[in-house]
Amino acid sequence: MNPMRMRPRHAAAMSRRVFLKSTAAAGAGLTLGIYVGDALAQASGPGRTVGAAATGSFEPNAFLRVGKDNTVTVIVKHLEMGQGVYTGLPTLVAEELDAAWSQVRVEGAPADAARYNNLFWGDKPPAQGTGGSTAIANSFEQYRQAGAAARAMLVAAAAQSWKVPADSIQVKAGVVSHASGRKATFGELADAASRQAVPSGVKLKDAKDFVFIGKAAPRTDSKAKSNGTARFTQDVKLPDMLTAVVAHSPRFGQKVNKVDSSAVTGIPGVRYVVEIPGGVAVVATTFWAAKKGRDALKIDWDDASGFKGSSDAMMAEYKQLATTPGKAAKSEGDAAKAIDGGAKKLEAVYEFPYLAHAAMEPLNCVVKLTQDSCEVWNGEQFQTGDQFAIAKATGLKPEQIKLNMLYAGGSFGRRASSQSDYVMEAVSIAIQLASSGKPGIPVKMVWTREDDMKGGYYRPMYVHALRAALDANGNIAGWHHRIVGQSILAGTAFEGMMVSDGVDATSVEGAATLPYAIPNLAVELNTVKNGVPVLWWRSVGSTHTAYSTETFLDELAVAAGKDPVAFRRDLLAKHPRHLAALALAADKAAWSQPLAAGKTGEKRGRGVAVHESFGTVVAQVAEVTVDKDNKFKVDRVVCAVDCGLAVNPDIVRAQMEGGIGFGLTAALYGKITLKDGEVEQSNFHQYQLLRINEMPAVEVYIVPSTEKPSGVGEPAVPVIAPAVANALAAATGKRLRVLPLSLT
Amino acid sequence: MPTFFVNKERVDIASSVPADTPLLWILRDNLNLTGTKYGCGMALCGACTVYIDGQPTRSCVTALSALKPGVEITTIEGLTTKEGKAVQAAWEKLDVPQCGYCQSGQVMAAAALLGKNKRPTDKDIDDAMAGNACRCATYVRIRAAIKDAAKTLA
Repeated sequence: MNPMRMRPRHAAAMSRRVFLKSTAAAGAGLTLGIYVGDALAQASGPGRTVGAAATGSFEPNAFLRVGKDNTVTVIVKHLEMGQGVYTGLPTLVAEELDAAWSQVRVEGAPADAARYNNLFWGDKPPAQGTGGSTAIANSFEQYRQAGAAARAMLVAAAAQSWKVPADSIQVKAGVVSHASGRKATFGELADAASRQAVPSGVKLKDAKDFVFIGKAAPRTDSKAKSNGTARFTQDVKLPDMLTAVVAHSPRFGQKVNKVDSSAVTGIPGVRYVVEIPGGVAVVATTFWAAKKGRDALKIDWDDASGFKGSSDAMMAEYKQLATTPGKAAKSEGDAAKAIDGGAKKLEAVYEFPYLAHAAMEPLNCVVKLTQDSCEVWNGEQFQTGDQFAIAKATGLKPEQIKLNMLYAGGSFGRRASSQSDYVMEAVSIAIQLASSGKPGIPVKMVWTREDDMKGGYYRPMYVHALRAALDANGNIAGWHHRIVGQSILAGTAFEGMMVSDGVDATSVEGAATLPYAIPNLAVELNTVKNGVPVLWWRSVGSTHTAYSTETFLDELAVAAGKDPVAFRRDLLAKHPRHLAALALAADKAAWSQPLAAGKTGEKRGRGVAVHESFGTVVAQVAEVTVDKDNKFKVDRVVCAVDCGLAVNPDIVRAQMEGGIGFGLTAALYGKITLKDGEVEQSNFHQYQLLRINEMPAVEVYIVPSTEKPSGVGEPAVPVIAPAVANALAAATGKRLRVLPLSLT
Repeated sequence: MPTFFVNKERVDIASSVPADTPLLWILRDNLNLTGTKYGCGMALCGACTVYIDGQPTRSCVTALSALKPGVEITTIEGLTTKEGKAVQAAWEKLDVPQCGYCQSGQVMAAAALLGKNKRPTDKDIDDAMAGNACRCATYVRIRAAIKDAAKTLA
């Protein structure tokens, strides 16, 4: 979800530069980091011999620890928000370590960008965070190297102890053994292993020898998440901790004129009322007291400040802008001329609303601020950004800021805030308490569902205008695509990296990277500025570009009298991964056979879409039934995915299933609107989520691949809406160009 | 001083606790039973589902004052029925959870369903579970896991 991502080709080049180095951490035995490029200058050389870690456990590097109790604890640098990274990264370590899965434990990494940076986000400066479907992809070699180095040290320890050559020793399922009959567990060897030299350049396994990768490794968090013991930020309890609920301004950017807290102070449990940027916080012993206190505040909001726009008027303005030229995001041939000279012309204008992330866990953050430290408990998705923001606000050094990364109850991009917005709100409360002589009180800031839904940082609203023409043979002669909307990256730390010549790459991704062979193609962007805070939202630009491109292409196929799968196939000759995913989905959906008819009065339809995002290609075939009242149901979705090597096929399937459901919520219901600057939706009755009775049957097929893995958290999301819309068009002849989809 | 039972333990609520406090926050803030989750506060999402005298109930809108003296409250921490155990085992076996935040409520609702209906169809499952939202949309596996649990109970 974070835009600081690189395409796989670039990433591969970088991972070849990855190497191991060791540094001695003060008194704590060996710490082995994996660094990129110039960071080597700071390192002592490899091959250093080190003592046992303070705990007696064996810590060969920053990514794992082998305990004397025979546990293998993998330090995971990415946030577990449902996508399975607390299983995926341990899988990589366990594979090269030849551990038994049952001995694997997981720990979230602390904030330390030098060690735990996201390797796809560059290293100038290094940044730690989770997003852009990069977690497995950027860690693939790093975590395997970590496991392989530890394995070599365990083997070396056994060889030394047993006085046999290292290459005669075997490791399998957590047991180190020799043909002589000698055997030892990792735990038994941990001490001796920690005294071995850290190897460099350990050879990684051949794919044919994998026991976990591409096979099965059960999720490490399923049990705790099925019995209520999984710990989220919402569940953090600390001695003397207080809970804060905040009164936020009704409009974005609105200021407080005056606060009357006279009705608040009498509420049992309320301790403090503090004014912070953007609102007023009531701090109490319990959530309920804090919420009652918040609700009892009488705040005179400054009517002159804040954003007063209405989404209807803004949409009209966007549509007007869609008629005027924008900045070029892509230009090949002469699209305008080709369309003018075409035999058959099509035009369409699409409307996409604001969308809220609406994770099940409303935003929250726990902060304990003292004079020389700030400790944070959070579903922490962007350590480096948050650390920097907190340092700036508190005057502390980044290393004085400790971030505890807990499970996030969903995020979908929201917890990787480009402005550290909600984290800074919690920190601001702590600063206010500290400056009024109450330092060191841990404060849990809790947003209500209403705060969360009205709190902004939405997927931006967009308008797309598309024009195209077919030539006399039914081939696309020219394609012109204009996008209007806010920039997600403008005004953020990523602007310099991802916005060039006025084009925010996240506004046009998927459109400017259209894979189809079209000789004359133009993509333009008109960037709008307004006061609504916007942010990346699961699959970012593809959330809208996949819809407009895949439905418009479908219209062209029908206009050309061609089968939608065949039409796409003919234009994808240079994209074998798209072709393979498309062919697999079409085959498994029995595309060449007619769709079974519905009951009397029902219409049925089938639609296809294919789209690449984050280096992963997903094709989906959706089947819909439309009843006599024009209500529709998505019955079945067949999904094919090429994500390179599937490290954990079951989690890949789960992400496709869940991504389809998440995308369907947006397709069927998702819409945040503003009136006079105020958000009109407050809770799930006005911003509905897909329910189980609306969930289609989903079949997922993985394209076999030996390529490096790419991400799976996001790429299923953008494909479902166009697949469904194309199915609805097949059933009814009606093309839907306004999201969310409705036939009535 | 209202008295009731939570997971078979007797709970006496001090008179200083406001009567309008939702059971959810009594469980979470006073009893430190944090498995029951806050999602919406309006009985719209099901993350806060507990049993009151065996009936699945939205604890976020159940005020302390609405609890009859002596009622038996069961939370995810105290789910020890054979249906509950079977559901949790199936959840684990099929790796149902993703982010996991809604899953306590899902498990409570699923176990309650199996307590009443030994062989639920897809339609039975959809009807019984439609009040429990999952933003990760783990619904495909929830359906499969409920059927799997039903099989192990048969």
